Amino acid sequence: MIEALQFEFMQHALLAGVLVSFTAGIIGSLIVVNRMVFLAGGIAHTSYGGIGLAVYFGLPIFLGASLFAVGAALLIAALTLKKRHRMDTFIGLIWAVGMAIGVIFVDLTSGYNVDLMSYLFGSILAVSSGDIYFMVALLIVTLAIVTLRYRDILAVSYDSEYASLRGVNVRFFYTLILVLSALTVVISIKVVGLILVIAMLTIPVYIAEKLSSSLFSMMFLSGAIATIFTLIGLWFSYVYDLTSGASIILVSAVSLGIFLLLGKKSKF
Amino acid sequence: MNVVEIHNLSFTYDKEPVLQNINLVVKKKDFLAVIGPNGGGKSTLLKLMLGINTIKVGSIRVLGKVPKDSLRSIGYVPQNTNVNTDFPIKVIEVVMMGYAEGKRTLFGYGKDEVICAMSALKKVGMEDFAQTKIGSLSGGQRQRVMIARALCTNPQILILDEPTSSIDIAGQRSIYELLRELNKNITIIVVSHDISVILEYANKAAHVNKTLSYHDISDKKSTFHTHGNDEHFCEIELLQMLGSENCNDCKEEPKWRAEA
Repeated sequence: MIEALQFEFMQHALLAGVLVSFTAGIIGSLIVVNRMVFLAGGIAHTSYGGIGLAVYFGLPIFLGASLFAVGAALLIAALTLKKRHRMDTFIGLIWAVGMAIGVIFVDLTSGYNVDLMSYLFGSILAVSSGDIYFMVALLIVTLAIVTLRYRDILAVSYDSEYASLRGVNVRFFYTLILVLSALTVVISIKVVGLILVIAMLTIPVYIAEKLSSSLFSMMFLSGAIATIFTLIGLWFSYVYDLTSGASIILVSAVSLGIFLLLGKKSKF
Repeated sequence: MNVVEIHNLSFTYDKEPVLQNINLVVKKKDFLAVIGPNGGGKSTLLKLMLGINTIKVGSIRVLGKVPKDSLRSIGYVPQNTNVNTDFPIKVIEVVMMGYAEGKRTLFGYGKDEVICAMSALKKVGMEDFAQTKIGSLSGGQRQRVMIARALCTNPQILILDEPTSSIDIAGQRSIYELLRELNKNITIIVVSHDISVILEYANKAAHVNKTLSYHDISDKKSTFHTHGNDEHFCEIELLQMLGSENCNDCKEEPKWRAEA
């Protein structure tokens, strides 16, 4: 493994893994405590529409996917804030329509045979330095928001009705969490892919939730746990020549299983 | 002094009338029990007082202002404090959510907030649990924390929606004892199902079922104790006792109740 680090693509892969995992841990915590996992799933899948459009118009993939995913997040926020009881229907719709748009636009792109699988399940060895900058920027923005506006986010997540009575702009923070989720999904396309990202946003968070007594510690703990899972997953993927995204997710799932078994024994 | 004044208030959800022509005056240091059947509009009335629902017909004045402008003087304890118990949050953080005054620190919490929260926790007897995770408290303890959160604003009115719905009998009593204590300084409005208990503590009662009938029960309290061991009252008996003009549809005892 050590000798592999002399290759630039391996350095990029490791760096991307760490950056994405940490961001996913923080945003995943917000998604889980706000019961938004299904919403994040919808955004993740619909992002494929952005990839299709980017391929068709010859734009950078991250740009196309980001714009599309953020658009979907804003749409989902607007719809779910208005008609909360029909939320599942809207998300199911956005989920599938986005993917369909992606597939059609890739079809329409002549002479370009895009590898659908690499976006759905990740292709960590193809991380460019431009991608790394994008990941760093998102991590910094995320850290700034969750530390400076921690109390508003906490109030909205814990009890949104009470928060609005105390003058917190619930709509704004709800939308903000969804937009950050959308961007997190986009940066994780290369590391674990659009489909597997949901596991990355939930498994480390679930473990961290049990071990934390505040949302703040939960966010950073799940960031750390996600990073460890990613590094172990990448090691497996390198040594046994397996798909990186799937390796990371299975490492996380097995760890969760062990954690739950140990938890049952010691009864916390 | 009138703390709450409601005039000719009507409210509809999607054409369905929920409240009709409501008039109500709550005086300072009243302990008002808002009772009535499920779906009768109790919670809606409460949400109108808090400015969560928008008033379409009629008016509400809270401390002489429209509800939205007097929110800082209202302490609110919502229903269902048992949801979200997995949430990783300490008791003191929950209480500090109620704090609305002063300028906010960039990181973490200010000293004044901590002091305010601790004194509110002391008032409800929960100061030893400040650093405990909210999920590990019992239903009754959690309800006390929610009351502390409402007290953190130094309210003149405390509004509680079904504060004892998921608490055992002993816990319910102790919540009401706490409210009685707080009532020495604060006006209290409680929406509740447990009529028999609440009326022991309240001095005014408002029965809400689309329309509202209001009763001063401060002198009738003794009546409720004379029923011996059976402390439970059904709504019908109660309304007959209070001589409600609103009880046209409940003259006959339903069969299942007569059998029981």
